[in-house]
Amino acid sequence: MSIDAATPLIEARKVTRILPGIVPTTLVSDVDLVIRPHEFVAITGPSGSGKSSLLYLLGLLDVPTSGEVLIEGKVTTVMTEDERALARLTMLGFVFQFHFLLPELTVRDNVTLPMRALGRLSREQMLERAEMLLSSLGLADHMKKRPDQLSGGQRQRVAVARSLANEPPVILADEPTGSLDSKASEQVFEVLQELVAVQGKTVVAVTHDLAMAERMDRQIELLDGRIISDHAHPAAQAPA
Amino acid sequence: MNLIFDIAWTHVLARLRQTGVAIAGVATGVGFSIMMASLMQGSQDDFIKQLVNAMPHITVSDERRAPPPQPAERFYDAAEIHNLTPEARRRGIKNPLATMAALEPWLPGGIAPTVRVQAIIRYASHDVATAVVAIDPRREASVSDLPKQMRGATLAALYRATNAIILGDRLSEKIGARIGANITLQTSEGARMNAQVVGFFHTGVRSVDESTAYVLVKTGQILAQQTGLINELRIRLGDPMISREIADRVERETGYKSVSWQEAHEDLMSSFVIRNLIMFTVVGAILLVASFGTYNIISTITHEKARDIAIMKSLGLSEFTVRSIFVVEASIIGVAGAAVGFVLGYLLCVGLGSIEIKSPFLDTDRLPLAYSYVHYLLAGIVALLSSVVAGYQPARKAARLHPVEIIRGAT
Repeated sequence: MSIDAATPLIEARKVTRILPGIVPTTLVSDVDLVIRPHEFVAITGPSGSGKSSLLYLLGLLDVPTSGEVLIEGKVTTVMTEDERALARLTMLGFVFQFHFLLPELTVRDNVTLPMRALGRLSREQMLERAEMLLSSLGLADHMKKRPDQLSGGQRQRVAVARSLANEPPVILADEPTGSLDSKASEQVFEVLQELVAVQGKTVVAVTHDLAMAERMDRQIELLDGRIISDHAHPAAQAPA
Repeated sequence: MNLIFDIAWTHVLARLRQTGVAIAGVATGVGFSIMMASLMQGSQDDFIKQLVNAMPHITVSDERRAPPPQPAERFYDAAEIHNLTPEARRRGIKNPLATMAALEPWLPGGIAPTVRVQAIIRYASHDVATAVVAIDPRREASVSDLPKQMRGATLAALYRATNAIILGDRLSEKIGARIGANITLQTSEGARMNAQVVGFFHTGVRSVDESTAYVLVKTGQILAQQTGLINELRIRLGDPMISREIADRVERETGYKSVSWQEAHEDLMSSFVIRNLIMFTVVGAILLVASFGTYNIISTITHEKARDIAIMKSLGLSEFTVRSIFVVEASIIGVAGAAVGFVLGYLLCVGLGSIEIKSPFLDTDRLPLAYSYVHYLLAGIVALLSSVVAGYQPARKAARLHPVEIIRGAT
C-alpha cells in the first residue's frame, strides 16, 4: 500500500470520550492529534491519564463522545460497526499488553486469522505469508505450537506477526512490553523499531517506559485525558 | 465459512465434557421423542387396522342420504309439509347384481353382496340381539378378513348344514353355544328359523365379536322374508385411506347411501387429531427441555470466551462472523445430538418392541410400533431448530460485546 507522506494516516479532531454513569468519567478530553506515515510515536503519561483510551479511539475500538477520528482522511465516526471492523482489519494492526492470542489455535493459525477474516488470499498464500512473518520474527520453529507453549516474549512477537498479517500501514501497540522482562522487552521494541525503519510502517505505542519512549521518533504525553506535550526526539535512531 | 466453522469446532472440542452433556441432552430428547411418536403412531395404526379389518371399507346400504323430494316441493318454491308418512317401499338395493357389475370395472378393490338382518338369537334361555350378516363365502375373502378370523372351522362350513350359522366367539361364549348347537333366530317381523352353529370368528373388536353372526345369503333372505333381497354392498379397497373419495363416487353413481369407514367412525378419527396434538405437544416439550442444555452450554462458552470475542472483534471480525461462530456451535450440538438421538430412538423402539405383553384384552403379544422416517426427520428438525434458537440469544449477546470493555478488564 503506497502511503503519501504528507497525508495524515490518523487524525483526531477535538476528540472527547466520556464514560457515562452516575458520575460520568472523562477518559479523553478535547484531543487534537495527527499521526503521519512512517512515524514511531510513543504515548506516555501516568496511570489513568487516558493513554490506552486514546489508543482505542485512534484504533476504532471505541467511539468518541464528541469530535471525530479520521483514517486516511475518512471520517470514521459516521461509519457502521461493520465498516469500522473492516477498517481495523485492513488498516490497523493491534498489539496488546497481554498477547491476546486465541489459546486453542496454533501460532500459525493465530497469524492467519486476520487473513482468513479478510478472505483476500488463497489458503496457500495465507500459510506462506504467516510462515514468512513468523520466520522474520525468529519463530520459524514454533509455528505448530500453541500459545501456552511459548515464552512471554515469543507470544508477544506472535502478536506482532498477527498484527502484520493483512499488511496494515499502522500498528497500534498498548503497552507491548508491559508484561515482559527487560530482555524480552528489548526484543519486542527492536521488532517494532524495525517495522518503522525497514518496512515503513507507522507505529503508535502506549508505554510507561520513558527510556523506551525517548528512543522513539515522537512522544505524546497525556495527563487527565489531555495532551500536555507532543514533541519529537531528534536523537532517536534506527536500529543498526 | 471455514473460519467460522474452524473456530466453532475448536470451542466445542475444548469443552468436551460440557459439549457431551449438551449432546446427550438433545440426544435423549430426540431418542425419546422418536420412541414416543413410534409408539403413538403404532398404536393408532394398529387400532385403525383392526377397525378397518373388522368391517368393510365402504358400506353401501339400501337407504338414501336425503329423503326423496315431495311432489309439492317440486311444484312450489316454498312448501311446508306436516305429519308426512314416508311411502312404504320395497326393501333392498334394486338390481344388486347390475349395480355391482357397474361398479366393479373401476373399483380398486372387491365388492360383495350382503343381507343384513337384525334378529334375536335364542339358546339355552339366553336371548341376545344380533346382527345377522348373510354373505357369499366365495366373495367374502375379497371384502373382509373373515376367512382368516375363523376359529374351529372355515367359511365353507356354511355349506355343510341347512341354515348354518357362524357366531362371534364372544357371542358364543355369552350364550354358551358350541359347534353343532342348534339355535333359534327370530326377527322383529315374526320370522323364526332354526340354525346350526358351524364355526366361530374373532375380529378383536369386542362390539363385533359379541353381536354378529354370519349365514349364507339365501338363509338371510329367508330370515328377512324377501326373496332376492340384497340390502347392503360391502366394498374393500387396496388402500383403505382412499375410502372416503371412493364412497363419494359410489354414492354419486348408485344413489344409495355409501359410508366409508372414516365416516362411520368420525368421532374416533377426530379423537386421533386430539391424540396427535397431545403427542406433538409432549414431544415438543421434551425437545424444548433438551434445548435448555444447548442454551446453557452456548451461554457458558460465550461467557468463558468473552476475551476471545473481544480479540476477534478488535482484529476486525464482524458481529455477523462472531455471532455465526456461536450459532454454528449450537448447530454442531444440535446435529450431533440428533444423530445420536436417532440411534437411541431406534434402539429404544427395538427394545420396546421386544417386550412381551400377555393380556387377555389384547390380541397381540408385542407393543405396536410404527417405524417411519418422518418421526426421525421431525425430531431432527425440531432438535436442530431449538438448538439454533437456544444458541442464538447468547451468540447475539456475545457478538454485541464491546471489545474495549473486555480488553480494559483484562489489562
